[in-house]
Amino acid sequence: MFRNALSRSSRAVASRSSINAARTFSATRYRRSEDVPKLASLDVFTEEEEMIRETVRRFAAEVVQPKVREMDEKEQMDPSIIQGLFEQGLMGIETSAEYGGSESSFTAAIIAIEELAKVDPSVSVMCDVHNTLVNTVLRTYGTEEQKAKWLPLLSSEKLGSFCLSEPASGSDAFALQTKAQKDGDDYILNGTKMWITNSYEADIFLIFANIDPSKGYKGITCFIATKDMGIEIAKKEQKLGIRASSTCTLNFDGVRIPKANIIGGEGKGYKIAIEILNEGRIGIAAQMLGLAQGAFNLSVPYTYTRTQFGQPVGHFQGMGFQFAEAATEIEAARLLTYNAARRKDNGLPFVKEAAMAKWYSSQVAQSVSGQAIEWMGGLGFTRETGVEKFWRDSKIGAIYEGTSNIQLQTIARFIQKEYTP
Amino acid sequence: MRPTPSRLLNILVPVKRAVDYAVKIRVNSSQTGVDLNVKHSMNPFDEIAVEEAVRLREKHKSDIKSIKAFTIGPPKSVETLRTALAMGADSAVHVELPESAPSPEPLSVAKAIRSYIGKQESEGGVDVVILGKQSIDDDLGQTGQMLAGLLGWGQATYASKVELDLGKKEALVTREIDGGHEEVRVKLPMVVTTDLRLNEPRYASLPNIMKAKKKPVEKLKPEDLGVDFTPIIETLKVSEPPKRVGGGKVESVDELVEKLKEHGFTAV
Repeated sequence: MFRNALSRSSRAVASRSSINAARTFSATRYRRSEDVPKLASLDVFTEEEEMIRETVRRFAAEVVQPKVREMDEKEQMDPSIIQGLFEQGLMGIETSAEYGGSESSFTAAIIAIEELAKVDPSVSVMCDVHNTLVNTVLRTYGTEEQKAKWLPLLSSEKLGSFCLSEPASGSDAFALQTKAQKDGDDYILNGTKMWITNSYEADIFLIFANIDPSKGYKGITCFIATKDMGIEIAKKEQKLGIRASSTCTLNFDGVRIPKANIIGGEGKGYKIAIEILNEGRIGIAAQMLGLAQGAFNLSVPYTYTRTQFGQPVGHFQGMGFQFAEAATEIEAARLLTYNAARRKDNGLPFVKEAAMAKWYSSQVAQSVSGQAIEWMGGLGFTRETGVEKFWRDSKIGAIYEGTSNIQLQTIARFIQKEYTP
Repeated sequence: MRPTPSRLLNILVPVKRAVDYAVKIRVNSSQTGVDLNVKHSMNPFDEIAVEEAVRLREKHKSDIKSIKAFTIGPPKSVETLRTALAMGADSAVHVELPESAPSPEPLSVAKAIRSYIGKQESEGGVDVVILGKQSIDDDLGQTGQMLAGLLGWGQATYASKVELDLGKKEALVTREIDGGHEEVRVKLPMVVTTDLRLNEPRYASLPNIMKAKKKPVEKLKPEDLGVDFTPIIETLKVSEPPKRVGGGKVESVDELVEKLKEHGFTAV
């Protein structure tokens, strides 16, 4: 009976969704009028989305590519790259034009993240965190006043950072210890955040702190703060991969934050964090997808020019089979990622699909980039070609924004709900 | 005080959808042309033309009344117009040809543009036409010159610098020629064709791509302009250049002279 109710409701969702989906998918490249809507394949994009992909691809190839190796060796993001991202409107992709944004869709953001990752996953994650975590929290939970105050800054010049994890709380996010003590019209922040992306260059920070530990996770509240409020950027981690992306520890020692800076209301922090990370997952899936594709694009053409035993090594059947498997895995990751993005854009439930996309893409990224090194032989092992960087960068995919085990647990819970008779 | 121009300027920028510059061209199996099932984008010299129009507006502000992009081609060509709109053009015109139609030739393109300009007289006319010097698919480099000839307008081709004097209704254009540079003074209305060093085109930023959606695209048919696009040139054969054969190395100047003599270069 439970199963019948489920299938009935999912059928209702499906018919509602097919109308929405048809409206989206009917915006094919050449058809502009509303003739018969057709459900196109999952890899059809609107004209605007294709243009966005092309523009980001060019930006990545011409502006980012020349600096990738240097940024990785120096473990430092080049300020001109950050500025370029802002200038291209890539830091307010979904933000409305009223607040200086590009007023585009979530799928457009995913496209931009993928294209950037094909060249440099560090730049990609900077754009991803800023758009899918920081901007989205403000757009979704901010008051009109807060949106008018913060979104224009985030669209035009100020980099954002999302501060949830701590030394003692990663996967167990709601065991966080940072406290916000009420003091008149302000809150005094005390605590430490760790593993915070963008933190070295950021000006605006979303900080999750507990205003009432006696309530457990229901005391967790989201605060927005600026660096000049007294946030101390402490240790910058020296990492295996995405080295140009800054990952720092932040210390709050009596940092005073006005209550107007609470986003979404007191005690709503846990809800914001969960919901936002579900979306962020699709962003990471896109980053890992771009990474895998970038590694593949770099190494395969080389194998068709490198000859051994009288022929290009890429022509050996064994190599061809490896390419075929890798390409299939990338295609599967692509479809998982873009389908999750489309579901979100169309207001459909997407949590399970997002978890699947993130988990799978991070695995494919590691596997394909690792093979890409081997396909290039000794040359792949040197830092000169850039292919080994993809493999080092891929490792984080299985760890941040929800470890692989957490993703599997999420998916398993859905299965249990769906299949328990 | 800046002299007030007697009329605000309308700029027309014809653009062409061509095979992307990065594509590896392959001759098709029937040797009648190249494989066109590849990535296409706006002709790079046309991008420079659009960029120049947008920069003129940034410099002369409201004295530039309109920037209109214009293309002739199959339905897909509208993508090229969208790129121009996203770079800063105000509106666009698409003269639509059937999907299977052969690529239009420079003379018919020039006639079509002339006809369109004729129709614009009631709307204030066109003062400056900026085109790419050639398109990278046929490399013919004729359209701008033919257009100027048909219109009876002055032309400044292979421009590496364009300076407008709105008060005097003329322009000072630096041209790239074999010997170096040449400066010409051209009265408006004029035709300019762009060379590589004129400018570096901007990327269409995301907000501009989204704004481009709302900009108008006028659709026309060849009959509306009274032009017949039937080709007058017949391509007999297309073949790849002969493969480069490896050269050889010589150890001394004397050996080099010997080898040259062997191959019939008697001038040494």
